[in-house]
Amino acid sequence: MSTSVKAGPRQSPRPGPTRPIGTPRKPWRRRVEPYVYVFPTVLLMVVLMLVPIVMVIRYSLYDNVIMKKEPVLAGIANYTEILTDPDFWNAVKNTAFFTGTSVVAHLVLGMAFAMMLNTPLLGNVTKAIFRVLFILPWLFTVAIIAVLWRLLLNPNGVLNYLLQTGGLTDSKVEWLADPNIALYAVTFINIWSGYPFYMMSLLAGLQGIPRDLYEAATVDGASYWQRWWNVTVPQLRPIIVSIAMLDVIFTTQQFALIWMTTGGGPINVTEMLSTFTYKLAFNRYQFSLASASAVIIFVFSMVLAFFYVRYQKARD
Amino acid sequence: MSALLCAATTVMLVAACGGGSSGGSTGTAGASAGGDVTLEFSQWWEPELPANALRGMMDEFEAANPGIKVKLLSGPYASTKEQSVAGAAAGTMADVVGLDGAWVSDFVKQGAITDLSKLMKDSAYDESQLAAQIKINNAAYMIPVVNFVYPLFTNDDLLKKAGVSAPPTNRTEFLDAAKKVTALGGDTKGWVVPLSLEAPNGIQNDVMAWNWASGGTMLKDGKPDLTNADVKETVEFVKGMWDAKLVAPGALTMKEQDKVEEFTNGRVGMMIDSLAHVTLIRESNPNLKFSISAIPAKDGYSGKRGIPYASWGIGISENSKHKAEAFKLVSFLMNEKNNSKLASVANAFPGNTTAVPDFVQNDDLFKAAFDIYKAGYPANEFTGLPVAEELMRSFDEELQKTLNGDQTVDEMLTNAQAGWTKNF
Repeated sequence: MSTSVKAGPRQSPRPGPTRPIGTPRKPWRRRVEPYVYVFPTVLLMVVLMLVPIVMVIRYSLYDNVIMKKEPVLAGIANYTEILTDPDFWNAVKNTAFFTGTSVVAHLVLGMAFAMMLNTPLLGNVTKAIFRVLFILPWLFTVAIIAVLWRLLLNPNGVLNYLLQTGGLTDSKVEWLADPNIALYAVTFINIWSGYPFYMMSLLAGLQGIPRDLYEAATVDGASYWQRWWNVTVPQLRPIIVSIAMLDVIFTTQQFALIWMTTGGGPINVTEMLSTFTYKLAFNRYQFSLASASAVIIFVFSMVLAFFYVRYQKARD
Repeated sequence: MSALLCAATTVMLVAACGGGSSGGSTGTAGASAGGDVTLEFSQWWEPELPANALRGMMDEFEAANPGIKVKLLSGPYASTKEQSVAGAAAGTMADVVGLDGAWVSDFVKQGAITDLSKLMKDSAYDESQLAAQIKINNAAYMIPVVNFVYPLFTNDDLLKKAGVSAPPTNRTEFLDAAKKVTALGGDTKGWVVPLSLEAPNGIQNDVMAWNWASGGTMLKDGKPDLTNADVKETVEFVKGMWDAKLVAPGALTMKEQDKVEEFTNGRVGMMIDSLAHVTLIRESNPNLKFSISAIPAKDGYSGKRGIPYASWGIGISENSKHKAEAFKLVSFLMNEKNNSKLASVANAFPGNTTAVPDFVQNDDLFKAAFDIYKAGYPANEFTGLPVAEELMRSFDEELQKTLNGDQTVDEMLTNAQAGWTKNF
């Protein structure tokens, strides 16, 4: 296959990316201007993100930095030590349970409450009241949530009082101090504090689904559950995937809630990757090992972030 | 996005290294245009004292030492610790630093705090007036300014109701009293022990205290000796209390403030606690009648009893350019008059041997505590040990496993000994 181009009449050059000969250069100020606009953001990102990341990666390759005046290069020794530490793998196991259960429960509760707030069966005032009630956990900071639940779950606290008064238990349950229950208890607290994020995001998504899709499905004879599965879920899928990925990342890094409720105990049943790393740094002063642990968490987060960005690009 | 995630992941470590680039406090105390020296003094004491108590003392110091100004850097205990660790790493520690004995060894290893023995010698300071000095390799690095002792608190009403006429003096009496109080039923328990891993100082104040009160030790030649008979007896005693269900529930994640709350609300008969909490307990429950006594020793022990204590210690940064001026501030806080004053407002015992706080004369409870303090000796073997808090935490984890029935006392002590030895 060949292509021939006919010579046409001479035309004046159109403006393009290359500067035609003879035209004056853009003034210096105009050329620099865009960079000046982005400079503050770039500077902030470099100082607040790039520099700390590079420093932590560098620390992870040295023999205990900070505590030693002249640390020496240790290669991957810190990574080997972390990856062969049974406490690390215990933290991985706990984090996986805590994160997996939280994300699934957040999704189920968030979807259920969002659908309830979107139903035409309830009046606007009722929905407004429930909306305020359901979103309340999201308004509290982690410190307040931790204190609140420590009080509620105290062996002499409100929950045990209600259970005992109601005849549901005959002894005081040590919700946060019993090694067999503590992980479930902190996971429950995290579920309670995190579902409103899903609820609000999914509610916004539900309100954006065109009514005619449901009408068409109804005309086709679809039942309520068929409409939910074949219309609602596909329409919400982009939101669900996005918030679930973000939730996995945020929950994996949850530190304050665990630290303020159980400190990783009793024994090590609620030890998470975040508390494990914190203890390495600020209790054992093993900053290089802590850096190696942080880098491992960082790599995991990067993998998720990669999929998140790829998913977003695919959508666009 | 990824950068954001990374920043979140590494935020804890950045706290430690961030000081290197931006600096928090500056150890290089500034000399102002007028030639004045400004000393930075980081501590957690100011928020725990009545308003303006510490600032007022600093104003007096400035008036007595023209040309020296003091800038107080105050925060809660945990923040002060983290800032000091970051400052030590970055070389930006304040000139004068409030210290806990548990931090000293690590700061000395980092070369972050200076040798006070040399400063004392240079300024011909009379060391004999100091109740204690925290030394490493024969050099003092911390001076305890005031001490908070941890005697036994007993709820008079509960003990009386249970048929116990006086606070227990030995372990058998204590066990008996705890059984009787627990037998009262309801929410009442004989003893409360906080074993939270977040702040594992319960190991020091509530567990090892039993050992020190009977003249026991957990060290041999400065190294861990957890498998000795004294420590074993102590742990067996605690486990015996636990197995007999005499301990308030929730102990494995309980913190010190929870312990005080349980006692204040009249749910436990006895606790070992800081004298600093007396005012808090009185304010929270004015109707509670309680006494203070020495921690019971093992049966038959007649020697001097160690009484656990926590200190507000003081040290000077190695990077300070004004060490002589900084030592003037230390001397000021340690002299008889000012040390008495600080101890009085802090409800603590003085670090100066000749100082006597006001409350000792005015309050029977404090007088009793002061008598116990004078009769025994301050004991805290964690002071000056490397990664002291981590040692408490690893002991705590092993103790929790033992209380949970996962291992025997012997296995626990062997494991704890192995864990501790790695850090020495």
